[in-house]
Order: sequence, then C-alpha cells, then structure tokens
Amino acid sequence: MFVEMLPAIAFYILAATAVGMAFMVIASRNPVHSVVFLIGTFLASAGLFVLMGAEFLALLLIMVYVGAVAVLFMFVVMMLDVDFVEMKQGFLQYLPIGGVVACILLAEMILVGAASLVNPGAGVKFAEDGTSNIEAIGNVLYTEYAFFFEAVGLILLLAMVGAIVLTLRKRDGVKTQNISEQIARTREGGVELVDIKPGEGIGS
Amino acid sequence: MIELFGMEWPWLLWKLVQILLFVIVLLVGLAFLLLMDRKVWAAVQLRRGPNVVGPFGLLQSFADFLKFVFKELIIPAGSDKVLFILAPIITLVTAFGVWAVVPAAPGWVISNLNLGVLYILAISSLGVYGIIIGGWASNSKYPFLGALRSTAQMISYEVSIGFILITVLLLVGSLNLTEIVNAQAGGFWNWHALMLDFGDPKSLILFPVMFYMFVLFCISALAETNRPPFDLPEAESELVAGYQVEYSSTAYLLFMIGEYLNIVLMCAMLTVMFLGGWHAPLDVKLSFMPQIPPFFWFAGKVVFMFFLFAMVKAIVPRYRYDQLMRLGWKVFLPSSLVAIVIVSTYVMMFGRTAVGLAGGG
Repeated sequence: MFVEMLPAIAFYILAATAVGMAFMVIASRNPVHSVVFLIGTFLASAGLFVLMGAEFLALLLIMVYVGAVAVLFMFVVMMLDVDFVEMKQGFLQYLPIGGVVACILLAEMILVGAASLVNPGAGVKFAEDGTSNIEAIGNVLYTEYAFFFEAVGLILLLAMVGAIVLTLRKRDGVKTQNISEQIARTREGGVELVDIKPGEGIGS
Repeated sequence: MIELFGMEWPWLLWKLVQILLFVIVLLVGLAFLLLMDRKVWAAVQLRRGPNVVGPFGLLQSFADFLKFVFKELIIPAGSDKVLFILAPIITLVTAFGVWAVVPAAPGWVISNLNLGVLYILAISSLGVYGIIIGGWASNSKYPFLGALRSTAQMISYEVSIGFILITVLLLVGSLNLTEIVNAQAGGFWNWHALMLDFGDPKSLILFPVMFYMFVLFCISALAETNRPPFDLPEAESELVAGYQVEYSSTAYLLFMIGEYLNIVLMCAMLTVMFLGGWHAPLDVKLSFMPQIPPFFWFAGKVVFMFFLFAMVKAIVPRYRYDQLMRLGWKVFLPSSLVAIVIVSTYVMMFGRTAVGLAGGG
C-alpha cells in the first residue's frame, strides 16, 4: 500500500520544492541567493521529469540549464553592483504589468489542466517498449522534425554570430598574442649575430 | 519479506552496503593516491617527499586528515555564512555522486544507468557551483577572481569533453558505461584509444582520430579539474589560493577531497572510455597462472593515468589564461568537431566497430 503511494509522495515533495524555490527566487533580497534558488527549482523540475519517465530530458535539463545557463546567470549577477534600496522602489511601479503576465500564465496552466481532464491520456505519450528515451527522441527529431531542428540550429548560430559582431571591436594599441606568427618565426628573422670589437659596443 | 519504498529489504540493504563500501574504498584509495601524487612530485624534484608518518610516509594522508579536522573552522565576518558552508558540501556531494555509475568490474556498479555518460556530464557540471559559490560567499577579492576564472575554464572545457565523448558514443552506440567497456573487450587493439585492429583494415582509419581524441581528453580533463598546468583558479603566484583562500579546517578538506575525487574520476573516465575499463590488454588465459581479477586491471589503469597526471603537474609550467581559453575554444573545439564528422561518416559507411563484440566480455 505504501509502495503504490510512493510516486505520489515523491511528486508532492518535488512539486512543493519547485514551487517553494520558485517563490524564493523572487522573494529573496540577494540576487545571488535568487540564482541559487533558481538552481533548486531546476533540480526539482528535473526530478519531476524523472517521475514522468523522461530521464533523458531530466538529465538534459540539468546539463543545459543548471550546468550552463544558471552558471552564466550567476556569473553576471555576482558581478553586478546592485543598489537594493533603489531596486525595491520600482516594485510597485511594475506590479500591474507583472500581474498581467502572471494572470496570462495562470490562465494557460488552467487551460492545460482542463484539457488533460477532458481528454485524459492525451498529454504524455510513452515510447513503445524496447526503445529508450534517447532513441525515441532521436527518431522523431532527426526524421519528422529534421527541418525544424536544423532551422533552430541556424537561428542559434545567427544569434551567436550577432552577439559576437555586436561586442567585437578592434582597438588600436592593444598587444595580443598571434600564435601562428610566433610559430612561424625562424632563426634568420629573429637572431642577428654581430661581431663586436672589444671596447666599442654596438650602435652608432 | 518486509517491503520498504517498493524494494525488498535485502535489496535496499545491499545497495546501502554497496554505497558505503564504494565510499570507503574511494576515500582510502584517495588517501594513498594523494600520497603518490606528492611522492611523484618529490621524486621529480629530487626530494624525498613525505616520509615521517608511518613506513615510507604511508600514513601521511591520514595524519593530514586528522590535522584538518581538528583545526578551527574560521568563517569570515563579511561572508555569506550559509553559502560559505554550503559550497564545499556541494563540491563533495557532486564529486561522490558521479561515481554511482562508474563500473569498476563486471557488475561492480551501484547504478547501471542507460544514460550513464549523460549522468556523469550532468552531475559533474554541478561541481562548478561549489567553486563559484565558495568564491563569491567568501566576500574577498582573490577568491572571487579565482571563482570567475575557474567557472569560465570549466565551462569551456566541458564543451570539448562532451564532443570528445560523442565520438566514443558513436562507435559504441550506447550511453551505458558497462556496454562501452564491453565494446572494447578482446585486447588492447580494441581499446578506443588505440583502434589498431589489423584484422579489420578499414577500422585503422579511426586510429589517428581516436588516439588524438584520447590525448585531447587527457588535456581537457586536466583543465576541467583545475590541475596543473591549468590550475589558474588557484595559481599561488597570482591569486594566493584562488577560491580556497578563506577556507580553513574541514571546509578546506572537503574542497580538497572533492577536487581529488574529480581528478580520479577523470582517470576512471579515461579508463572506461578509451582504455578498455576492466579488460586486460592481452586476453590470454594460461592454465598455470591464476586469473587476474578484472578490478585490478581497472584500478591499475586508473592509477597509471593518475601517475601521468602527477607527472604533468611536476613537469609542465603553468599556462597563461588567454592561452588556455584559446586552446579550449580555437583548437580543441574545432578539432573535436572534425573528429565527430569523421567518426560518424565511418559509422554510416561501415557500421559500428562494436557490433560484432556486443554482448561479449
């Protein structure tokens, strides 16, 4: 009896952790603490994915979001010099627009929940027996959705190039190392043997 | 039979015993690896190394352990106390957690995950947080700079490690570490680092590619674990001790154990991915000789790789930071991408090398 309840218990623990952590992301005063709670939210959601049987997605979530994206968040947030008093002042000003966004999100969630109540079992489609998670995703991603997959890749590449173009600037007078130039140096170009007479030195 | 958490009692107990055993073996092994590290370093520099505690200094690591534990834990007044304590714990827990999927011998694995490689990448990417949080929570300049350096470095080299692993995964066709080891059974010519199977001439194309990948993985592993010559986050001439400056006593000990566990993990990864795991280099069975247990092959390869890492630490001078970044992004990343193209072309044309071997070993 206890055994059947176990997934439910795990779900409630993970879901409560995710919601609580998500609340703390906006509630905590220190932005670095916010990012730490955000990581907690990601981990709890990864746990929820595992409960659904989507362990590939769970590990991907940890790898991409926790291992890379959140690290960059933290990287930036740590270096910010934030004036907390000033930050708190804008809170009321942005409350209406934040409220609208929250209401839209809530409505969407209710719609999704209602849809799954009306048409149970339509949400998650499990792969056939014998195919693992990663195979099932690969089979769909590289056949049916190959075009979209590649289009997304191109868009990401474009975004990356765009970011580099925006920030790259050539400055004069900056000493940088040119590795190929260094390696291409030969003895002829770099060393000069001068026969110096004693007591005279070099130069004019 | 009493059931708890959906598992039978003996099964649960057996798993707990396994985990406990694994942790103890790892920690004791680590103590001697640490000593070996120092001894190798000393030998290169014509010193004796630790030789006072116990015979040949064998108990030095345990003496150090006691020393760390009995010292006073100093928490700086300006630090973020919760995160300051949390950081070394994160480092240690993630460092131990990754070992759950590493197979040391046939069946000697705590969790035989199908997505083992992905699990290792995911959990070890969490290890960055120990360093970055520790550096920030110290509220001091050297730790902060060290943490920034370390984060950028670890993220950069994680990318190339991921790409290098993909070449192995393409050849095996599985993310399960046990299957990856079994695909290399038979002899050293089947190891992914060497691919010298002359019975199958077309697979010789892979030898230069995979050997290069093996070397790249070695170097990336050094950078990923902040080992010399890439120990810029804790470069003593520039940053005193990097993110560890404010740490003392047990907190520092946790950082150090976590760091060394990660180094040994990288040795184990190299062994599993490229050096055939627990398989002997030559698969000969002589009747008059007792069979060497597979675990000793695994441990021997790990210790050999650790010896190489220790030699690198002793011999090679430290890199400059921009050179490190250049190496990671402009050399390792493109060349491992090219290697993926070559290997996947090979797999598409001739099929996997491991197909005939699947199920063996």
